[in-house]
Amino acid sequence: MAEHFGLKYLRKEVLPTAFCPGCYNGILMNALFQAFMELGIEDLKRFVFVSGIGCSSWIPSPFIKADSLHTLHGRAIPVATGVKLANPELNVIVIGGDGDLASIGGNHLLHAARRNMDLLVIMINNQVYGMTRGQAAPTTPHGMITPTTPYGNPERPMDVASIIAGTNANYVARWCISQYIPLKNSIKDALSRYSRGFRFIEVYAPCVTYVVRREGKTPGEKLKELMKKCIRIETWKNMSREEREKHVATGVFKAEDKPGFIETYNKYIAQALGEK
Amino acid sequence: MTERLFLSGNEAIVYGAIDAGCRFYAGYPITPSSEIMHLMAKELPRVGGVFIQAEDELAAINMIIGASWAGLKSMTATSGPGFSLMQEGIGYAVMTETPLVIVDVMRAGPATGQATKSAQGDLMQARWGRHGDQYLVVIAPMTPQEAYDLIIEAFNIAEAYRVPVVFLMDEFIGHGREIVVRRGADKLVVRRKPSDHEPPFGSKDPRIPPPMPRLGEGHYVLVTGSTHNEWGYRDVHGFETHYKLVTRLKEKIWDNIDKIFKYKVYGDPDARRIIVCFGSTCRPAIDAAERVGGTKVLRLITLWPLNYDKLAEELSGAGKVVVPELNLGQLVYDVAQVYPRSKIRVINKVGGGIPIYPSEIIKVLEA
Repeated sequence: MAEHFGLKYLRKEVLPTAFCPGCYNGILMNALFQAFMELGIEDLKRFVFVSGIGCSSWIPSPFIKADSLHTLHGRAIPVATGVKLANPELNVIVIGGDGDLASIGGNHLLHAARRNMDLLVIMINNQVYGMTRGQAAPTTPHGMITPTTPYGNPERPMDVASIIAGTNANYVARWCISQYIPLKNSIKDALSRYSRGFRFIEVYAPCVTYVVRREGKTPGEKLKELMKKCIRIETWKNMSREEREKHVATGVFKAEDKPGFIETYNKYIAQALGEK
Repeated sequence: MTERLFLSGNEAIVYGAIDAGCRFYAGYPITPSSEIMHLMAKELPRVGGVFIQAEDELAAINMIIGASWAGLKSMTATSGPGFSLMQEGIGYAVMTETPLVIVDVMRAGPATGQATKSAQGDLMQARWGRHGDQYLVVIAPMTPQEAYDLIIEAFNIAEAYRVPVVFLMDEFIGHGREIVVRRGADKLVVRRKPSDHEPPFGSKDPRIPPPMPRLGEGHYVLVTGSTHNEWGYRDVHGFETHYKLVTRLKEKIWDNIDKIFKYKVYGDPDARRIIVCFGSTCRPAIDAAERVGGTKVLRLITLWPLNYDKLAEELSGAGKVVVPELNLGQLVYDVAQVYPRSKIRVINKVGGGIPIYPSEIIKVLEA
């Protein structure tokens, strides 16, 4: 049997991964690697992966065979910004969770998007803080019971993709983990057709241990449910408020190809120094 | 290339950093350090460097960490409140052995305190502001000229030992304006890259810091702030890996103390009356010693690691020891480690931007 296409992008010596059985991180990794393969990327020498703290931050560190910086909680984006600015030739990808990127690192996410910084950010929204036993996150649904919301979550969740679509970011999409092919194609687009500026892909993938099991479901059953729950944003827009809350709007929220921060920065410097 | 310029300490830092090869700056505006940022924004692009205004100090410190791994000498500058926010990033830089220079232009704290007023209250924070066992280097200039000369030294230490260096400067020096000779760097430490068989996070001799790979060159380096082995793989359970790592991070600084630690003696080197000081309190101390005679001034340039043996040697046979500080007493703890606290006379002043005058030191010397 031929070797799985993803293995050449992995550090085989650290496999299997540390993720829970059935964790959707594996599906995302598969989509990412298939995108690399279809783009003809042979190795990841010129890629730098930056992650923070949380389960999804472990995807690049240590599993992906590339340079990776496993940074402090919430700080992946500024570290990635420093890497990209210091060496714009590198392809810089941030992978992290909703708690990491949208809560403790929320300000950095917003400002990197505002700058249209040349980064691809993949945010896995698992709805909770999975690594620390499933506490409520800014993406936890209203009413959900978690260790920090034992009587139901009194807060309402954050629509991260819509927020980022409201900035200067070039590319924003959200997919459910059940939408494998559009997710894979979206990653491909964010590395090829839209290869500059800030690109943000939210991946809706409830934590199998602290969301799915608490609901009494298996990861497989949950996937089937997601196939119904996740609908295209165009359909979602025409729904009533109650109906909207029961569904997840997915699709491409925004796709532009404006010059990214690096180009804009270089233009200003060249102009200023030319005028001297 | 020697230029005579009329510069503030803040401005001198910029030219010193550029002459040291600094090519990346990220920062967030804060009094009294902002002039560093203003001049960096203007000058760095002229030498092919990159300047970015971060959204906050957390971002600034993390941006320079990223840039350093991408291969550029990087720095930031801030003051107390921003320095507090940077602590987690500095801890990460210690753990990941990332060369950085962090300038803290000290103002009166705690909290917002007095933004425009000079102080020396961040000495202990510069050394111990992070959680966990961690060691870095702290350097303090006394004049704008030294801000220029010592920032070059700071970059050299950061590169040589793969460690963040805190450049602790009083606001008086940051905003004090004097003739500064821009003489260029005597020597610049060049970062050593590893061969394929050299681990980036370990060395047999703890005194020799490991070589540092540059991102994008096929080293497949794993950088993590979690406990890791010499190849960067996480080990968040084992005793051995953690113990080995944190002791090595201490030893690479502490066992090189003879090379890192610097101080200078002014006045009468044989005098039994001794003033111990750092930063902006040293010039009044030297002035006082010259006026009254029979006084030695022991001026610390390196504040961390501190060579307590040298300090003890310099204070052996001392009669009266005076420690003037623009805080409520921090350096005095170091002096007290090697000299009886009951014989130390302190002069503490903080707030309002009022310096310690030579006359006040003379009064204590002669009391």
